[in-house]
Amino acid sequence: MFRYYLKLGLFSIRKNPVLSSLMVAAIAVGIGAFMTIINIDYVMSGNPIPHRSDVLYHVQVDSWSPNDAYEDPDLPPEQVTYLDGVALWSAGEARRQVLSYKTTRVVQPQAQGERPFSVQSRSTTADFFAMFDTPFLFGGGWDKAADDGEEYVVVINKEINERVFGGDNPVGESLVMNGKGYRVTGVMDTWEPMPKFYDINNGPFEAVEEVFFPFSVSIANELSSSGNTSCWKAAEGGWDGRLASECIWLQLWVELHGESERQDYLAFLDAYAESQKALGRFPRPLNNRLNNVMEWMDDREVVAKDVNVLLGIAFMFLIVCLLNTIGLLLAKVARRAGDISLRRALGASRRAVFSQYIVEAGIIGLCGGLLGVGMTWLGLQGIKGLYGDLDFIARLVTMDWPIIFAAIVLAIGAALAAALYPTWRACGVHPASQLKAL
Amino acid sequence: MELGPIWRALMRNKASYVLIALQIAVTMAIMVNAVGIIQERSQQMARPSGVDEENIFYLSSNIFDPDADFEAQIEADLDAIRSFPGVHNAVMSNTVPLQGGGWSEGITLEPDPDLDSTGVAIYFSDEHGIDTFGVNLIAGRNFSANEVNWHDYESDAWPPIAIVTRAMAEELFPDLSVDQTLGKTVYIHDTKPVTIIGITERMQAAWNSWSGVERSMLVPVKRGGAYARYVIRAEPGYRDEIMPQIEEMLASMTDNRIIRGMETMQQTRQESYLLDSSMVKLLLFIVTVLTAITGLGIAGLASFSVARRTKQIGTRRALGATRPAILRHFMLENFVITSVGVAGGAILAVAINMWMVNAFGLQRMAWYLVPVAMAALWLVGQVAVYGPARRATMVSPALATRSV
Repeated sequence: MFRYYLKLGLFSIRKNPVLSSLMVAAIAVGIGAFMTIINIDYVMSGNPIPHRSDVLYHVQVDSWSPNDAYEDPDLPPEQVTYLDGVALWSAGEARRQVLSYKTTRVVQPQAQGERPFSVQSRSTTADFFAMFDTPFLFGGGWDKAADDGEEYVVVINKEINERVFGGDNPVGESLVMNGKGYRVTGVMDTWEPMPKFYDINNGPFEAVEEVFFPFSVSIANELSSSGNTSCWKAAEGGWDGRLASECIWLQLWVELHGESERQDYLAFLDAYAESQKALGRFPRPLNNRLNNVMEWMDDREVVAKDVNVLLGIAFMFLIVCLLNTIGLLLAKVARRAGDISLRRALGASRRAVFSQYIVEAGIIGLCGGLLGVGMTWLGLQGIKGLYGDLDFIARLVTMDWPIIFAAIVLAIGAALAAALYPTWRACGVHPASQLKAL
Repeated sequence: MELGPIWRALMRNKASYVLIALQIAVTMAIMVNAVGIIQERSQQMARPSGVDEENIFYLSSNIFDPDADFEAQIEADLDAIRSFPGVHNAVMSNTVPLQGGGWSEGITLEPDPDLDSTGVAIYFSDEHGIDTFGVNLIAGRNFSANEVNWHDYESDAWPPIAIVTRAMAEELFPDLSVDQTLGKTVYIHDTKPVTIIGITERMQAAWNSWSGVERSMLVPVKRGGAYARYVIRAEPGYRDEIMPQIEEMLASMTDNRIIRGMETMQQTRQESYLLDSSMVKLLLFIVTVLTAITGLGIAGLASFSVARRTKQIGTRRALGATRPAILRHFMLENFVITSVGVAGGAILAVAINMWMVNAFGLQRMAWYLVPVAMAALWLVGQVAVYGPARRATMVSPALATRSV
């Protein structure tokens, strides 16, 4: 029977080519618009490090001003001061801890004729690589001894390795940055966490830094941050003034396994805050936070407000497209009341009529869904074209199988849902009621 | 009028008309809100930055030799740039309007760090700053060369004078006129006194979404070292020609630095508002497609209903109804459906707007968007229904006499 209904459905669709294509197009456009935005939202709200997101915690201690909270409603600062960062990092109370900030460096290739170029770099501590499970092409990170000994060591990414060392294994070789030689300990393979969770406040979709070197070395060289720095109290002059200030510019992450370790670490943070209060710092009430990766993404509202607005609009758009389809199907059924009552009079059951019309709607849904996937792809290309100058957008507009599958399922589901009422109405046509002449 | 019969005819086949009215209502809700957002963004993008956007470009010099004499190099660079043919003037500053990165400080009226402060964007400058940025000094005077000093990185000193924008002056002293504000002393960096010696008409901060974007302050400080940013104003028409030449000249002056981040003020504006301008384009696209779909839906439904009522139309024609009367019937029918739709749409649009204002902190939309959208949808409906209605008028009266 299914094949027969399929035949009937196709026949009926062919009989009204313009209206049928209008229905298919409406579903396709609705699905395309909705899935384009869903896709962007899905990538933006994705888990950047699924296998470790539950054990990595972002640390916040409230060192802010007595007058105002860092951010309403009463949120602690999103970064830490040098004083607190170093104290908490040195305490080593968690399984692992990493303290870091972003800074800009100039790489001077030693080969003849190569011009120096600037790189985005991250000054960080030894645990960075193990904690965030960064992939390595050659070698690896450095150890705590290198942090403590202010050793000039460096981890570079694949592109820098290509550019400076021609892609060979450079471990042990020297990379010159701003006139100082750094021993290469490893080459990082492609690593693109989306969002860039470990440094949200300097752009959640920025590229990962190209070069990593020890925090202790950058402090000794007085390298200031190229990321955000905020102060509630004026800093004294000079580098020492900066280090002793209440300005926040460092990101601190710790690794903790399980709720009990989290509670212990929170207790440790509270005790630390109390000890600072005793020294006359931390004028605000205790307000320390530990958020794991996904909690932190939510807290920072990584998904842009515009995307949420667009998501709502695209959803309503889909509704309009479906209303359009329901209306047209209904009109079609009303027009074919004669056919239906004839079939019913000749013995077709309500169920048979129902099957026939639902198959027809299914075909329209499937066509709409397939076309909708194409529309989604077009939509993403359009978005890429529109925002082309922002390279992070290019990283947002990838399309994967789950999304394609979801688009098709959504389209068929939507078309079937849209067909339910008209089909039910079709079943309600009385046998022979429409056969008499007017 | 024939509203009675039209309404009764509609009631005979409620469902599909209810659906089309619903579709019109949701379309209108989207239309009104999308246009509201478009208006809001367009207004933001239309704000002038106050500087000579057509002719300004900027670049950064990054000296990587830690032992170089930074100050001497910067002075030499600025002299060379200023005497370059086609250059109007140049200054070393930390940023330009809308650039995205900058420096802000809090200003208080008394030397007390516990007082509420007014945030202000800081532009480091010298006596060439006003002319280079092309901002309009509406009161007071410019810095003189002997008032400009190099920043001492070991101290937290601030210069005793500054030039602020009119918006900043009005924020600090709302009751005073611009001229009365001149000479007032305020406090920066907790307790350091600063006297306002000049007021500019307008110079935006580096952050376009900051509520204080119109508040900025020029201070007579040369602040640069290994890293320095030069802002250059070209003579009209020379910008594109001299950009690569200046980059080349600076690169060839010393081999221990790189020149990077060269950009025009126009590019900066574009990048600064890229998200907004793209949002505007996206919403325009959505509203257009949506209106088209709804229009096609109306046309499709009307053609079905014409086809279904062929016989009735024939009967009416046979009973003496004229072609214009048939046309009027379908046009009026559509007008009734659309009216129900836009009435619902108006309520839905306002509800959604109220929700978005709450949830996303958007601005309330302008009230007149509702009647404008109503009129637009009435028009769309009439245009969409015209084709099928015309076809209805072609139905021959003789049709009524034939049986199925």
